[in-house]
Amino acid sequence: MRLTLKIWRQKNWNTPGKFVSYPANNVNPEMSMLECLDVLNEQLIERGEDPVAFEHDCREGICGSCGFMINGVAHGPLPATTVCQLTMRHFKEGQELVLEPWRAKAFPAIKDLVVDRRAFDRIIAAGGYVSVSTGNAPDGNAIPVSKEDADRAMDAAACIGCGACVAACPNASAALFTGAKITHLGILPQGKPEQDIRALRMVSQMNTEAFGGCTNIGECTAVCPKEIPLEVIAGMNRDYLRASWRERDKLVTTIRPFTEWSTGSKLKIDEHASS
Amino acid sequence: MELDARIPAGPIEKLWDRARFDMKLVNPANKRKHRIIIVGSGLAGGSAAATLGELGYNVDCFCFQDSPRRAHSIAAQGGINAAKNYQNDGDSIYRLFYDTVKGGDFRAREANVYRLAQISVEIIDQCVAQGVPFAREYGGTLANRSFGGAQVSRTFYARGQTGQQLLLGAYQALERQVQAGTVTMYPRTEMLDLIVIDGRARGIVTRNLVTGEIDTRIADAVILGTGGYGNVYYLSTNAKGSNVTACWRAHKRGALFANPCYTQIHPTCIPVSGDYQSKLTLMSESLRNDGRIWVPVKKGDTRPPDQIPESERDYYLERKYPSFGNLVPRDVASRNAKAVCDEGRGVGVTGLGVYLDFSDAIRRVGENTIRERYGNLFDMYERITDDNPYKAPMRIYPAIHYTMGGLWVDYHLMSTIPGLFVIGEANFSDHGANRLGASALMQGLSDGYFVVPYTVGNYIASNKFELVSDSHPEVRNAVACVQQTIKKLISINGKRTVDSFHRQLGKIVWDYCGMSRNAEGLERAIQEIRELRDEYWTNVRVLGMGEELNQSLEKAGRVADFFELAELMCIDALERNESCGGHFREEFQTPDGEALRDDANYSYVAAWEYRGYGNPPTLHKEPLTFEYVHPSQRSYK
Repeated sequence: MRLTLKIWRQKNWNTPGKFVSYPANNVNPEMSMLECLDVLNEQLIERGEDPVAFEHDCREGICGSCGFMINGVAHGPLPATTVCQLTMRHFKEGQELVLEPWRAKAFPAIKDLVVDRRAFDRIIAAGGYVSVSTGNAPDGNAIPVSKEDADRAMDAAACIGCGACVAACPNASAALFTGAKITHLGILPQGKPEQDIRALRMVSQMNTEAFGGCTNIGECTAVCPKEIPLEVIAGMNRDYLRASWRERDKLVTTIRPFTEWSTGSKLKIDEHASS
Repeated sequence: MELDARIPAGPIEKLWDRARFDMKLVNPANKRKHRIIIVGSGLAGGSAAATLGELGYNVDCFCFQDSPRRAHSIAAQGGINAAKNYQNDGDSIYRLFYDTVKGGDFRAREANVYRLAQISVEIIDQCVAQGVPFAREYGGTLANRSFGGAQVSRTFYARGQTGQQLLLGAYQALERQVQAGTVTMYPRTEMLDLIVIDGRARGIVTRNLVTGEIDTRIADAVILGTGGYGNVYYLSTNAKGSNVTACWRAHKRGALFANPCYTQIHPTCIPVSGDYQSKLTLMSESLRNDGRIWVPVKKGDTRPPDQIPESERDYYLERKYPSFGNLVPRDVASRNAKAVCDEGRGVGVTGLGVYLDFSDAIRRVGENTIRERYGNLFDMYERITDDNPYKAPMRIYPAIHYTMGGLWVDYHLMSTIPGLFVIGEANFSDHGANRLGASALMQGLSDGYFVVPYTVGNYIASNKFELVSDSHPEVRNAVACVQQTIKKLISINGKRTVDSFHRQLGKIVWDYCGMSRNAEGLERAIQEIRELRDEYWTNVRVLGMGEELNQSLEKAGRVADFFELAELMCIDALERNESCGGHFREEFQTPDGEALRDDANYSYVAAWEYRGYGNPPTLHKEPLTFEYVHPSQRSYK
């Protein structure tokens, strides 16, 4: 196959980027999108040009590292598929593919197709867990969980944290990501004791980051490689609303967003009332 | 050097209790004064970071990915073993211990394996409490399945994404500690050297992958949970970033590397399709529970599978191993696949593939049940190959998947450098020469949640730690080494890309030190690896600078270490004149082609000491004794 790859090139976060077109001849239809970029990078290096930086690791659709827009669609045209498993046979001979990074204020650019998604880690750190220290657990079968609940929790827990939902959303909202974790843990009996405070903290953190609000457009779930259902957002809103009332006197902490790379995750915590 | 595994005396069931009781404790108020470095954030590193943070230590955790949640543990599909005996089918801690020692072909340490089996039950409890959505029965209890090589159902699973869910459990526990201020997470930061002062591990040198900044971190103990080295083969089921660099640089600072030739080939992967191929995709071996493996009886039979009648199919595993059938351990299944392909009976365009056929299972239990069990795997297969496995059999072929070898550790999971602990796949300790399915997740979490938090505490309580400043000569020396290597790699400016070298290296190691090995091939491989390495250091091309995100530079450093490791693997494989587990030496096999161990001469752990660039490594032996599980010829017939 012959294709044209029009790729967003950006040296770093404070240098403006631009699109550069590269012809891709001899594309094997069995290749993945990332293997197509591998081949391009080999050629660029041989020509002495800077290879395209893109995020990737497991290349089997589960680590959530990879992802970029292909012709305006997060992870490209194939439903439920990350770019690492998207084979080139899904494109047409001669097609131009426009590759650009996730664009969202909460995901600052790093280089080319690579962005900083640490805002997601901070949302999880705010409350996306069950507070059970090692050694504290009762027998695994002590608390029965119905198969339906386990399955629904698993549907939400399947999120890989790739950020496609944010990139696809016209508001750059992280509601699907945040809702997935709130729903996963909220369904299970193990997550019930912290259901209120979790929703308050995670939603507060989400709002502190530069994500936009959710207006129920549904682009997020349409591009989600794990098909996380839109209902997790409804679940999040319900939990948050209820918690805002029940826990109205509670102070909620949020982590101040940061973009520097030299300090690890040293956090600055702000406290404010939940209202 | 005398290798002391520090195994306490006494009956095996009591050893871990005994060891824990003998350990010194750190005063709770003092724990925050001790900094512990953890490199890697997978099941082992992530769970250790979370647990040590919960205990109150001052933890710094490093990973090269953009988030700790990306660690390659996430890709484990099938499940995690635990001797719960919830299915009432005769399982017990002793049976899991027995199966693991036998499955490892009697090349693992009994005491470690027994502890692993004991802890397995606690892991499940912990993960359930964290909210890991394990599969459940209708009554609400945990579901189990049997898994390659086991005759009891002891495997817990979360669809085909067990590793993901367990890792997210550990990641969430880790993030909870980040929020609590006990753990500082350093993503996109790679360890490039170990700082050893007065014979003890006291810190690491890191490179910030975004800014290129070289930094040092001083601590009282260093824990490596950096995974395996399967990417030495270039094509493997490992994530592209998985590498041996942290372990290898620790090895060069004095940590012995044990059993590097023990590598595991996973029998059920999607076959290679072309030269551009960047990685191999695993299909969970849970598929072997319902799929039947076969090839045509005739050589070169190119008919489509549905036109080959039953009588002209060879279900070779069922034929040769009637009691285990398609569920024989991984090494046996892989070798047999290679054997039938070598005979010219392989399927697919390349002839390197065998069928994994679900038509009988679909007839028996219906397509819906099969979809429920393996739906995501079938979808993945179809996405990659464009074939529908509900209609036509899958084509599979073995691929490198896991490495049993790793840095040598004692019962406390401490390496030969005091203060350097190694956990999970990065160490050599629990799987012998072959790992059983669903045991990697078990070991990673066992080491991280339940072993190293005790043993590191004991080490800290037993030692005094002087302050080390950044200007200490050993610190400066380590930093200088790292800077020099980076400078060198960038300055070569040769003609070939890093990947082209890596691919060529991988092919050498796969051809001569892969599924089967022989002395002649290994000697040739050592020669070829040396030549290629020499070329690498004069002809590799790494563009750009060190002070920026530079993915070629990251790879270049890792591939440089793979060269040295590859040579050691071949040396180890050559030295071990027997076949055991994943190490199959063609010269040593039974008349019917099974692995032939030599317990009289090779019942030991081969731990190699680095002697400087270009010098042959020194072999140290840790003898293995078997008091409980008597070594026997493994038979799955």
